[in-house]
Amino acid sequence: MGRLVERSAEGLIKACGFASALIVLLIVFFLFKEGISFLNSSPVEDHYALFVHSGNPVTQLDEGQIKDLFDKKITNWNQLTNYEYPVVLLTAGDLERLFTPEQLGKNLEYLNACVAHYIDTVPGTLAYFSERQLGLSPAIRIVPVPNISLWKFLSGRQWFPTAQPAAIMGTLPLILGTLLVSLLAILIALPLGLAAAIYLAEIADPRMRNILKPVIELLSGIPSVVYGFFGLVVIVPFIQNLFGLPVGETALAGSFLLAIMALPTIITVSEDAIRTCPIAVKEASLALGASHWQTIFRVILPYASSGITAAAILGIGRAVGETMAVLMVTGNAALMPTSLTQPVRTIPATIAAELGEASFGGLHFKALFALGCLLFLITLVTNLLVERTTSKSRKS
Amino acid sequence: MKNSYLFIALCLLGYACGGPGNSATKSITVKGSDTVLPVAQKTAESFMVANPGVSITVVGGGSGTGLTALMDGNTDIAMSSRDLKADEKLKLQDKQIAFEVKTLAVDALAVIVHPSNPVQRLTREQLEGIFTGSITNWKELGGEDAAIVVYSRENSSGTYEFFKEHVMDKKNYSSSVLNMPATGAIVQSISQTAGAIGYIGFAYMTPEVKSIEVSYDQGQSYVGPSLETAKDKSYPISRPLYYIYDVKNADKVSAYMDYVLSAEGQQIVEQVGYIPLSR
Repeated sequence: MGRLVERSAEGLIKACGFASALIVLLIVFFLFKEGISFLNSSPVEDHYALFVHSGNPVTQLDEGQIKDLFDKKITNWNQLTNYEYPVVLLTAGDLERLFTPEQLGKNLEYLNACVAHYIDTVPGTLAYFSERQLGLSPAIRIVPVPNISLWKFLSGRQWFPTAQPAAIMGTLPLILGTLLVSLLAILIALPLGLAAAIYLAEIADPRMRNILKPVIELLSGIPSVVYGFFGLVVIVPFIQNLFGLPVGETALAGSFLLAIMALPTIITVSEDAIRTCPIAVKEASLALGASHWQTIFRVILPYASSGITAAAILGIGRAVGETMAVLMVTGNAALMPTSLTQPVRTIPATIAAELGEASFGGLHFKALFALGCLLFLITLVTNLLVERTTSKSRKS
Repeated sequence: MKNSYLFIALCLLGYACGGPGNSATKSITVKGSDTVLPVAQKTAESFMVANPGVSITVVGGGSGTGLTALMDGNTDIAMSSRDLKADEKLKLQDKQIAFEVKTLAVDALAVIVHPSNPVQRLTREQLEGIFTGSITNWKELGGEDAAIVVYSRENSSGTYEFFKEHVMDKKNYSSSVLNMPATGAIVQSISQTAGAIGYIGFAYMTPEVKSIEVSYDQGQSYVGPSLETAKDKSYPISRPLYYIYDVKNADKVSAYMDYVLSAEGQQIVEQVGYIPLSR
């Protein structure tokens, strides 16, 4: 009977383990399935296309050129190709202005003829219509738009996921923004956290320690929205006044906030690492005449170095994935980061801010999943690094 | 233990009875735009007081969320601060669903700056320049020599799209525009940044920020946002707010829809800070 209970308990635990592993795998599979389907799709909305006069020699238009055309930054076709005509834009919104309802027909049945005639008479036209509404005729042809490639997704410098007619999805500023904010945060948090850990583990008397330790752990229990609000109301104006900046929502503000948020992780993990230093080693150092400080810096810290590295990497992992707090204080402008006192946009903040209103299953939606994949890979790499540094120390 | 099972069973029973088959308690779900949310909540509350048999659940999440839920049949009414997008219309055609789009109120967008900013008025062309990034210093607009810090809503928000279409001549925002997750965050940031400019729904106006008079006729006449100017349509930056529902559900939601469009409902619209429909 007891044997049976033991067996079934074992089986139950095993099943739980397998189930959680399976769930993780399923989530990863789902994430990548949605994310990868995004690549090689067209940046133009389904069933929509760009039409030009058949005499227009332009071979293809990429997203950036389309945006410049529709932003009226490119005003003549000779800027793109060997075609001397000013660019005239034509979209569904212009129809009522150009044609009478009689010309278009009750159910837009003459739309095709109207637009074809218009394009024929205005050779510089760039029209954006549904392929269902506008069939082909000899006077007009479709300009192909190249699909989104992995390279363009990773190296593009502009993030306009809702731009019409072609979405621009370059994630380089988002990736760099995420890395910049997280690395800077760890540069601020590591010295502070390490000092606090050394103090707690080696210097503080037990009474002080009993007060400080719970307070520090409380830091990690504060919801990140509260941190974000604190950052927006306190840190942002502080940084603005300190550096005399026109705007306080900067990478620096995000880093400060993330540093505060990563502190508890760093302190707890590195304090544990410092405590694993065997008393015998410590006492040997002291017996050789080393002072307390010398013991800490020459003996204990080198002994705990792998644990401290792990603490730093875990802290980075925490910072990379942080969403709400960063969303509220970094300004979220998708600029290439050139200085610390400029707004940046991070990957988690982008996903959180845009997913709510992206139309389900659409291109923008999938692009956000692809961003999720990127974020997953970044944290996976940091976790693997933790694994390596900690296993190295076990060997030595 | 036994009691809790009984409790769960009772709950399930209650839920089953409250389902669509029973007309004694009817439940309506309203989901979508955070801009429309305050109106929906207030009207739902007073409608439920008047009609104890009906329970209305109001959920936010954004225009896109509401419309997605409506297509999947997870909500009865979608709130939206924008019209249906082209791909959404195509999806509806594919699924052979017909939606009824009803305007329930009008929202005016106020262009706001820091109260210390001496600039009082801007033309649409100047606003376009500011938000597309071709005007970067207040000096060019008759203000002090200070950089313009531009705040906007996130690119998925209905307000973002509306502003782009009606103020920026459909041109794209500059990359250096700061995107804030919520209207409240924009107000907070602008109130503490001297060179800031941004836009918010008129209902969110507070004394911490100053609204700007705008001109849509190259500077001949300037109009500031207020209930009066929005009502008489002299204020140019205003947009309709929509309730969208499946035509098949018309019977279920008609009583509530009628209430929202009635004089009483429109009074609530005005209390919340939006512009009621003129009749």
